[in-house]
Amino acid sequence: MNLDNLYQEVILDHYKNPLNKTLSKHFDVQVHHINPSCGDEITLNLTLDGQTIKEITWDGVGCSISQASVSIASDLLMGKSLSEVESISEQFVELMQSKGKKTGDEAVLEDAVALAGVSQYPARIKCALLGWMAIKDATLQAVEKR
Amino acid sequence: MTFNPLTVRDDFPIFKRTIRDGKRLVYLDSGATSQKPQVVIDSELDFYRLSNAAVHRGAHQLAEEATDLFEGARGKVAEFLGAETDEVIFTKGATESLNLIAYAMGNAPRGNRFHLSEGDRIVLTEMEHHANLIPWQQLAARTGAELVWFNVTPDGRLDLSQISELITPKSKVVALTHQSNVLGTINPLDEIVKAAHAVGAVVVLDACQSVPHMKVDVKELGVDFLAFSGHKALGPTGVGIMWGKRELLAELPPFLTGGSMIADVTMTTASWAKAPAKFEAGVPNMAQAVGLGVAIDYLSVIGMNEIAAHEHELTADLLGKLLENKEIRVVGPHTMDNRGGALSFTVADIHPHDLGQFLDSQGIAVRTGHHCAWPLTRSLGVPATTRASLYLYNTIEDNDALISGIHSAMKYFGK
Repeated sequence: MNLDNLYQEVILDHYKNPLNKTLSKHFDVQVHHINPSCGDEITLNLTLDGQTIKEITWDGVGCSISQASVSIASDLLMGKSLSEVESISEQFVELMQSKGKKTGDEAVLEDAVALAGVSQYPARIKCALLGWMAIKDATLQAVEKR
Repeated sequence: MTFNPLTVRDDFPIFKRTIRDGKRLVYLDSGATSQKPQVVIDSELDFYRLSNAAVHRGAHQLAEEATDLFEGARGKVAEFLGAETDEVIFTKGATESLNLIAYAMGNAPRGNRFHLSEGDRIVLTEMEHHANLIPWQQLAARTGAELVWFNVTPDGRLDLSQISELITPKSKVVALTHQSNVLGTINPLDEIVKAAHAVGAVVVLDACQSVPHMKVDVKELGVDFLAFSGHKALGPTGVGIMWGKRELLAELPPFLTGGSMIADVTMTTASWAKAPAKFEAGVPNMAQAVGLGVAIDYLSVIGMNEIAAHEHELTADLLGKLLENKEIRVVGPHTMDNRGGALSFTVADIHPHDLGQFLDSQGIAVRTGHHCAWPLTRSLGVPATTRASLYLYNTIEDNDALISGIHSAMKYFGK
């Protein structure tokens, strides 16, 4: 296994220059997710507009995989309808569980395909999913709140 | 040093395998679990192959032999710790040992010396592993006792200036680690034990990181209870030790109840057997206890003072090499005074998870994260660290592999 499969340039770019990493003042829901095995944590604000995710902002500390993944997810899922978000997230989770057998559909997952290598490192899958689970949780809470 | 770690390595079959496409295994994670010598693996297997029967039960030869092996292991542990044989309780691990003590104290009725209620105090330290924190946290919540703790100074030592505020006549229990699994700090027990006993408190020692690495004699230390895990001391998983002073074990109520821990039973009542049986309900992890006995034999032949000297030399070497690099921050004592072989550090702003992953790609096994001591890492202002922990089979070559791995990781992550 080559470490470069895990640490793609795209991931390190998102890690160094994360997108949407400033918590907005106004939001529908705020969630705080922690990976208790390593201590990575993020706070994430989410706002809906009808059936669309209007805004995702976040802040957090953690490894390059967890931080890049939430940066990628926030950028990818913002502006998407709730049904699109669900289907994209499902594809991402499938990619993470593929044990290196899938490469991911770049037309759907965009930068998130760079995380495909994570699926070969079982201990890191939770890192990659941290932000996605936070977005899922926040979306469900925001829908429920209405 | 009077033993050769390279010869020692030959006794451990795991060092014959390679890691990540043919790399030499550099195992620096013995603080999490130690590797096992062939004799320990064989002894566990042999128990099942040749002597398997439920101990303390059954009127047949196998039951006799199994009981002899099991009780023989108890005797070895007792001798190893300078304890009496009936003071040694087999548990399934140190976590269970510490929970046993805390839950048993919670069962103590009014009038029993272990009874806790509002107004009583449980004294801890900020450097405890979750296994010696949460059982006490929960006991405090159940009984109304107050939880207080020693802080840790910036250089990773206990702040003993708090001793007279913390250990007062209200204090019933002082529970602390012998050697921090994160910082490597070896705590000064004399002063704490003296203060605790002066107010009638008992001292519970988490010895998970000390018993495998140095000579530990319970009588010399003067503590009242002690816990350690078999699997960190070359033994199998699934076996741990809870040691307590005989007169205290007599007064401490049981935690788990059931088979073989009783003196007499009716449909509505039960009375307890004496220790150790009182604290060993159910058929124990026999093969694992026997394996631990063999691990202790193995350690004793090499000699705990020799092992401690070897680790001291390795730790001094690695500490010096880590401190040479300005980008590396060692969390824990920077001197070798009362310091063991657990070295936690951060490297520039490379997240420990990423550093650990890179080192793994070089065949180097380290631990990353908060090391089950989250309050400590939070108080030190580092959400996570990387930890290298050393043992008898490590060498200077392992240290150098780590240092070179860290330098390569810095290049890889562009630091």
